[in-house]
Amino acid sequence: MSSANLTKDSVPTLLQGVMVKHDDVRERTVLLAPERTLALDGTGIAIIEMIDGKKSVSEIVHDLAKQYEADVQTIGNDVVAFLRDLINRGYIGITDGA
Amino acid sequence: MERNREQLAKIAPPPMAMLAEVTHRCPLACPYCSNPLELKAASQELTTEEWASVFQQAAELGVLHLHLSGGEPASRRDIVELIAAAEKADLYTNLITSGIGINEKRLDAMIDVGLKHIQLSIQGVDEKTADLVGGYKGGYKRKIQLAEWIGARSVPLTVNAVCHRTNMASIPDMIDLAIELGAGRLEIATVQFHGWAIENRSQLMPTREQVEATTQLVADARERLEGKLVIDYVPADYYATYPKACMGGWGRIGINVDPTGLVLPCHAAESIPSLNFENTRETSLHDIWYHSPSFNAFRGTDWMQEPCRSCERKTADFGGCRCQAMAIAGDATATDPACHKSPLKNRMIELAENAADTSEQLEFVYRGR
Repeated sequence: MSSANLTKDSVPTLLQGVMVKHDDVRERTVLLAPERTLALDGTGIAIIEMIDGKKSVSEIVHDLAKQYEADVQTIGNDVVAFLRDLINRGYIGITDGA
Repeated sequence: MERNREQLAKIAPPPMAMLAEVTHRCPLACPYCSNPLELKAASQELTTEEWASVFQQAAELGVLHLHLSGGEPASRRDIVELIAAAEKADLYTNLITSGIGINEKRLDAMIDVGLKHIQLSIQGVDEKTADLVGGYKGGYKRKIQLAEWIGARSVPLTVNAVCHRTNMASIPDMIDLAIELGAGRLEIATVQFHGWAIENRSQLMPTREQVEATTQLVADARERLEGKLVIDYVPADYYATYPKACMGGWGRIGINVDPTGLVLPCHAAESIPSLNFENTRETSLHDIWYHSPSFNAFRGTDWMQEPCRSCERKTADFGGCRCQAMAIAGDATATDPACHKSPLKNRMIELAENAADTSEQLEFVYRGR
């Protein structure tokens, strides 16, 4: 699935074999996938924690905006940029929420 | 403690990945096997408890990914217990297998105890070729069967293929086969001449035209299959301009443990005679990673000679492969002869071209046969 198909109704999920782990030695949170590791920043962690295979992109944006009392537009840009990047790098997949 | 951590960081970052070669025993006899000529005997192998301790120490040192390899790791009767021990240490565990020795029940047991990823080798895209290269009749069918079982379960699959002169033309078929088998990743690694592979250099060496065509083909396939199949590709370096950044730098990312507990900075490091290696049976993994002369031998840039020493790429490719420098230049601190700046580059190309230029069909030399 290409990131070009990402819409506000898409439902992101972690792909098979992708896991979140706290890396105690380096004091950071990482995503682990076959042969790959990705360090997450605070924004990344907040978005990853919202991904449950049920929530759509717009629901995630709405929830994060509420939680951080932030502007929906700004959060929306962050979420979409993050998801596109992780879809292209093979950590996240999307299904069309119908 | 904090100060200690800062001091250690000056020596090296913590390792990210461990390659645990749990046994040298293998039912296959691939002509490009990179394991040493002298294999370690089963009686010398680390026990289940010893491996469990190695995995625990690795996790404490900072290792995140564990690759269980061999030989054939499933040749160990305790492979399920080893995976369970790795899971207990909270490592992301990958099994690198030929597929031989894993039935459906054993696969389920491995997944139940926490196996995260399986990397399955293929030796060809049809039964006849694959079984000839692997030197194991019936191997191809069992691999395809295992891939089907994996596909029906929730574990990601990588297909791994070594490419060489006699199979480079079938890389498009390998890509199709990987997709058909449900793999999310395909690794295409050009044969490297370490260990047993040296015995078959003239049988395996690709031509310059093949290498160039393959590089283009892989680039096109990656673009076409983005989001469907990840292709990791190790290109041949014999005809290249720059050497490969071997291991991502010596003692920077990876740590290898051989079947007997010998700890190596890379898989082929024993080919460098000036180095002595320590064993996990006597020394902690922490001390070996940070303080052993073998791991510190080629860290940083102080060990380098010219042309590496003044080269702007010295922290990008780390002078290339130390074992290749040893094998071709006869000096492990020399510039990798794959680099165009090496005074031995022409000799490297000549060696490759001579090995690749064979008008007759050569027979493979199989280990132990």
